[in-house]
Amino acid sequence: MNVGLWETGIVTGILTGGVYALMASGLTLVFGVLEIINVAQGSLIIAGAYLSYVLQRYLHMNIFIGLILTMPFMFCVGYIIDRVFIRRMKVDRVMMSILVTFGVALVIEGLLTMIFSSGYVHLQSGAINASFPFGGMRVPYIYLYCFLMSLVILAALYVLLYRTAFGRALRATVQNRNAAQLIGIDVNRMSSITYGIGAALAAAGGMGYGAISSFNGNSQYDLISRVLVIIVLGGMGNVGGALIAALGMLVVEDVVAAVWSPSWSTLVFFIILAATLVIRPQGLFRAKEARQQ
Amino acid sequence: MKRKRVQAAMMVAAVIVAAVFPLVVSNAAIDSVAIFTLMYVAMASAWNILGGFTGYVSLGHASFFGVGAYAFTILCHVWHVPGGWITFAMLPVAGVVAALIAIPFGWVALRTRKHTFVVITIAYLFIFQLLAYNLTGLTNGSAGLGSPIPSWTGSFFNIPFFYVALALALIVIAVAAWIRSSRLGLHLLAIRDDEDRALGLGIKTGRLKLSAFVIAALFIAMAGALYAYYITYVYPPFAMNPLDDLAMALMSFTGGVGTIAGPIIGALLVEPSQQYFTVAFQSGLNLVTYGGLFLVVILLIPRGLWPTLRDFVASRQSRQRVPQAPAAETSVLSSEGGGQ
Repeated sequence: MNVGLWETGIVTGILTGGVYALMASGLTLVFGVLEIINVAQGSLIIAGAYLSYVLQRYLHMNIFIGLILTMPFMFCVGYIIDRVFIRRMKVDRVMMSILVTFGVALVIEGLLTMIFSSGYVHLQSGAINASFPFGGMRVPYIYLYCFLMSLVILAALYVLLYRTAFGRALRATVQNRNAAQLIGIDVNRMSSITYGIGAALAAAGGMGYGAISSFNGNSQYDLISRVLVIIVLGGMGNVGGALIAALGMLVVEDVVAAVWSPSWSTLVFFIILAATLVIRPQGLFRAKEARQQ
Repeated sequence: MKRKRVQAAMMVAAVIVAAVFPLVVSNAAIDSVAIFTLMYVAMASAWNILGGFTGYVSLGHASFFGVGAYAFTILCHVWHVPGGWITFAMLPVAGVVAALIAIPFGWVALRTRKHTFVVITIAYLFIFQLLAYNLTGLTNGSAGLGSPIPSWTGSFFNIPFFYVALALALIVIAVAAWIRSSRLGLHLLAIRDDEDRALGLGIKTGRLKLSAFVIAALFIAMAGALYAYYITYVYPPFAMNPLDDLAMALMSFTGGVGTIAGPIIGALLVEPSQQYFTVAFQSGLNLVTYGGLFLVVILLIPRGLWPTLRDFVASRQSRQRVPQAPAAETSVLSSEGGGQ
């Protein structure tokens, strides 16, 4: 057992875990407010990654500065998706939402494949090839930058949720959709905005994902399964739980990849999920679902 | 009574049409689409036993399709089963292997309720896909495995596969219809309608849910084994395909989830059109068309074609014969799942 490998795994796990926390927070927030499972989140993440790719490739824009454009754009995309598709569902929302958002995911994947073809692409940045020494290993700058970006955006999300009137209304909706409606919160508008926020977080997460690994339209399946595992573990609808679960899972995965083999690390990810559910079916943290049942 | 007789006549007619289909239509490409369609009739009907009757929508049963395909191929290698008629006897064996594997996976997944369950089943597909890629000693990884080559060739090639697929579809439909009309079916529907109350009334919900999960896996795996034999090869991305998961759910929801006829109608409509999109459109556009169609169906007729059509006909009839009680169909449990 090499100690250096463990350290590498832990450091890269924490740094990439930040990006996953970003993606997962969007998904779990959408679950909390809309009470739907947004299977389209994976394709929204990839769409965000492709947007960053276009800005960087054709407008030679720094991928981090590009977020100023891609996040509002994806917010609008998300808002429209909610208005056009999600809001129409009236009965059996949870089950129907999975099918509807799966349909949306297919359409997005198809569009991305039509525009960009199915070849793998990778975001370019000076920070990707440069690295800095850290405790005896070399960490690429891009990992650090993506982690810092995630921290900044998650801090902004925290302020939005816990320090504004809008955030209070949103949390009220998470706690009880009907009661929120009774006290005069426009739940439909709140839903559209939340879905937009989820998509904007997907844009940022997608940028981070695209900077760290290469992707094509088909990568959405891998992403959505991982992010769903994270939010189940964190307790669905629980943003803080999702953050901890994201960091924990990525650390475990990267340690396994470094110490054992990368091809088995993802499997460990899923085994942890199964093992956790045997002991605690409601996830690691107190979840919205546990209260509802 | 009259409705029952009309339905029986329709079913007999459908089976006769299906039985003579390959004799009349000798185009190999069309026959191949027909084989896949029958395979999906079987899969969607099997999926419906779990997803439709109990309400536990599984988006992971395509992994058992893959397990069936691999179990078939690997066991044929190990036992030196040559390609031929006898090879079809391996289909139930592959199904049983997948059913045994499904038991622990179903047990874990069914500890959770509705939406968490869906998420777990999505994760299952990726677990099995990873295993197919990484257990290279067993599955030969991404290179895939060759299945036995059938001993017949030429224009006759499709015919045996067609009739085996038809037989499989009929068996699954019969099992689904039997479950639906039995005590077991009532218990499963009770789970769908209110699981806690069903448990409170003394229904052994855990055992029943798991049975439905395993029965669905068994038949879907048999379809997977047939698929592996038909295309004579298994690769991880074809065997464990997320689109298959979606297809089974889409077919059931298009036709009418929870009914017997629904998944059949759904598969008959969806599979040929999907095959057509794949051939007719460039990659990407076929996904857009497929996903778009899917969205239209789910949003416009959320109950599915069959129940919507049936209610439409029933309301027409009751308008003609005024004194009929209109609520005859909407008894406690059968409001949506009123069988065929």
